[in-house]
Amino acid sequence: MNGAGVRRFGLGLLPWFGAILLWYAVRWSGFVNVSLIPAPHQVAAKFFELLTREGLLIDIFASTRRVFLGVALGILVAVPVGFLLGWYRPARTFADPMINFFRALPPIALIPLVIVYFGVDELAKLVILFYASFFSGVIVMYEGVSQITPLYIRVAQTLGANQAEIFRKVIIPLTVPHILTALRVALGVAWATLVASELIAAQRGLGAMIQNASTYFLLDVIYVGIICIGLIALIMDLILRKITARLLVWQDRAIA
Amino acid sequence: MNKRAQFDKVSLSFETPKGRLKVVEDVSYDINDGDFIAVIGPSGCGKTTMMSMLAGFQKPTTGKVLFDGRPVAGPGPERGVIFQEYGVFPWLTVKQNIAFGLTLNANRVPTAERDATCDHYLGLMGLSDFANSYPKHLSGGMRQRLAIARAYAVKPQFLLMDEPFGALDAQTRSNMQNLLLKVLETEGKTVMLITHSVEEAIYLASRIVVVTARPARIKQIIDVPFGYPRDESIQERPEFAELRSHIRQLVMDEYRAQQAQMRPVSFSE
Repeated sequence: MNGAGVRRFGLGLLPWFGAILLWYAVRWSGFVNVSLIPAPHQVAAKFFELLTREGLLIDIFASTRRVFLGVALGILVAVPVGFLLGWYRPARTFADPMINFFRALPPIALIPLVIVYFGVDELAKLVILFYASFFSGVIVMYEGVSQITPLYIRVAQTLGANQAEIFRKVIIPLTVPHILTALRVALGVAWATLVASELIAAQRGLGAMIQNASTYFLLDVIYVGIICIGLIALIMDLILRKITARLLVWQDRAIA
Repeated sequence: MNKRAQFDKVSLSFETPKGRLKVVEDVSYDINDGDFIAVIGPSGCGKTTMMSMLAGFQKPTTGKVLFDGRPVAGPGPERGVIFQEYGVFPWLTVKQNIAFGLTLNANRVPTAERDATCDHYLGLMGLSDFANSYPKHLSGGMRQRLAIARAYAVKPQFLLMDEPFGALDAQTRSNMQNLLLKVLETEGKTVMLITHSVEEAIYLASRIVVVTARPARIKQIIDVPFGYPRDESIQERPEFAELRSHIRQLVMDEYRAQQAQMRPVSFSE
């Protein structure tokens, strides 16, 4: 790592130290009952305890797998649907109100219905996450695709491209950035929906862990769960950003 | 002379909420093989629409636009187009941009030939050092050169240019004009250039079509009394100045007519 890299890394780390200090400060300030705020070191201790004795990794794995599958399936459907809606104006006029209707519904409100129709197993959780990823992804996709300028298509036509070539060599490269943005947005929304999806009689998973801990007022466990969700979401986003930077080297960005 | 392109009593109009808007009206002229036609007129007069019909993006409402004797049905690689906005593909490197046309079924060539063509135009356009750069690293003039190289690579018989140097600074513009003349000398192409610069039209073209304010009609067709090859010295010649003031007068008249027309937005029923 070079000098600039070290500095950037340090700059990224700084707010975390700040947050931990603030955490201690609030705890020691006396404004809040100390029993309501576990100290960072207590949470850290709880983390290792859960990790070594309670199988925290199983929860992490269960949740990550749900989010991953939900987002993958959601985006797999959102890409072609969003593309069609963005590309064909009549399709948008046709489907836009519907999509906005369903998008506005909070997934948590649908849980009773999902339980009725899909039961309480893994499928029900997937349906919730699929729903959340699909609707957030489809909007990003069709907004992006509808803004593709016809200039590049015209250029390709004047060079002799046929319909299939225009699709493969012009439209797909122009769509990739929007697919990646849709993925990032869907990933964020899916993690945010995870706890709701694991309200449905989940045995394992970070959301389930938080639910169970809240029953017994185990604040430190709740903190561990929340921090784990945030961290995994952050790591996934970082990976996706790396992939984006690799795939979109050609893009003109104000900040590299 | 072999007629490459023909406008035969071409009119184009479209319906708007306020009535029928005439864009081009009763335009007839021929473009012969080897001609360099410059179309000049006030901005927004419909000259781009003329080019767009020959390129195959728009169809005339009445009349015929012919290329090699056949009505233009759509865009094709035999009619290269240089767009005002360049339209270089940002996701491809400079070399991949030039090669783009040659990878298409319509003009596919063996890889070795494709590489040779790319290298030829990279050199001709002074882009060799940027072969593997993405367009985001290029200046405006370089992007324009890349757009020209990409159009040339598929060897069109005819080149349509829509105010290609309009967005460039004076120095780059003049360099690009000279480069275009040099390239035409070696490659020999028929060109239709849309411009609003009188100097550019005289300096580059063999024939100048002056069009009226909208709807675009032909006001005058003028033969430019200079042969090729040309260099900047012709701009010092008295004939150049004479022609310039003559065409300026024509264009100014139309510009004034357009201004008068614009005050109450006029739509004919």
